Amino acid sequence: MSIRILYFARLREDMGIAGEMFELPAEASDVKGLRAQLVARGGASAAALGQGKAVRVSVNQDLARDDTPVKAGDEIAFFPPVTGG
Amino acid sequence: MAVRVQQADFDIGAEIAALCGADAGIGAIASFIGLVRDVNNGDAVTGMTLEHYPGMTERALAGIVAEAKKRWDIADALVIHRVGELKPLDQIVLVVVTGAHRGAAFAACEFIMDYLKTQAPFWKKEQTAQGARWVEARSDDELAAERWNKD
Repeated sequence: MSIRILYFARLREDMGIAGEMFELPAEASDVKGLRAQLVARGGASAAALGQGKAVRVSVNQDLARDDTPVKAGDEIAFFPPVTGG
Repeated sequence: MAVRVQQADFDIGAEIAALCGADAGIGAIASFIGLVRDVNNGDAVTGMTLEHYPGMTERALAGIVAEAKKRWDIADALVIHRVGELKPLDQIVLVVVTGAHRGAAFAACEFIMDYLKTQAPFWKKEQTAQGARWVEARSDDELAAERWNKD
C-alpha cells in the first residue's frame, strides 16, 4: 500500500528530502504505526521522527492524531509545531 | 469569507473597503496586523523566511474562519498571511472581522488569531547574527488557543 509523505520546515531539513513515496506494511494502519515504520529505518528518519521529537502530523491535509487511520493513496505530512502569525 | 496566502504585502485600508462594500448593516470592524520584530529571545533578528504547506494552509485558515462564523454573529472575515522572505517592520498577517456590533467582532478576531497561531501550518525561520534558526513554538500560544474551549 503506497502513500505519499511530505516533510516541512525543520523536518524537511533533518530528513534531507521534501517528500517520498512509502510502501506501508499492512500491519501499520494508523499514524502511530507509520511513524514507527519510518523510525525503524534508522538514520535521518530515526533522528527526525524518533521519540521525544515534537512532531505534528496531517492526513490528507487535516491535522491528525496517533490513531488516525492511514490508507493507500493518502497524503501524510510530518512537521514541527507551527509558528505562523 | 476569504483567506489568502501570498508573498505580496497588503493594504489594510483597501482590504477593509473591499470587505465592507456597501453593506450599511456593518457597525463594527475589528482588525489585527502582525509585524516582524527585530528581536526574538534576546537576539537581534535581521529577517525571516516563512514556509507553509500549500493547500493545507488555506484549508486550515478557511476552517478557522468558518468556526468563528459559527461561534459569533459576524458579517464577514478576511485572513491574509504572507510567506517568503520578510524583514523587520514588514507586515506578516492581517485579520479583519466585520459585524453589526463590536463584541462579536473583537472576539472573533482574537479567536482567529489564536487558532491561526496553533493550527495553521506556517513555520518561521529567522536570521540572526548567529545564523539562521527555526522559531520554536510557544506554550503561551497553546494556552491562548485553549481558553476558547472553556465553557
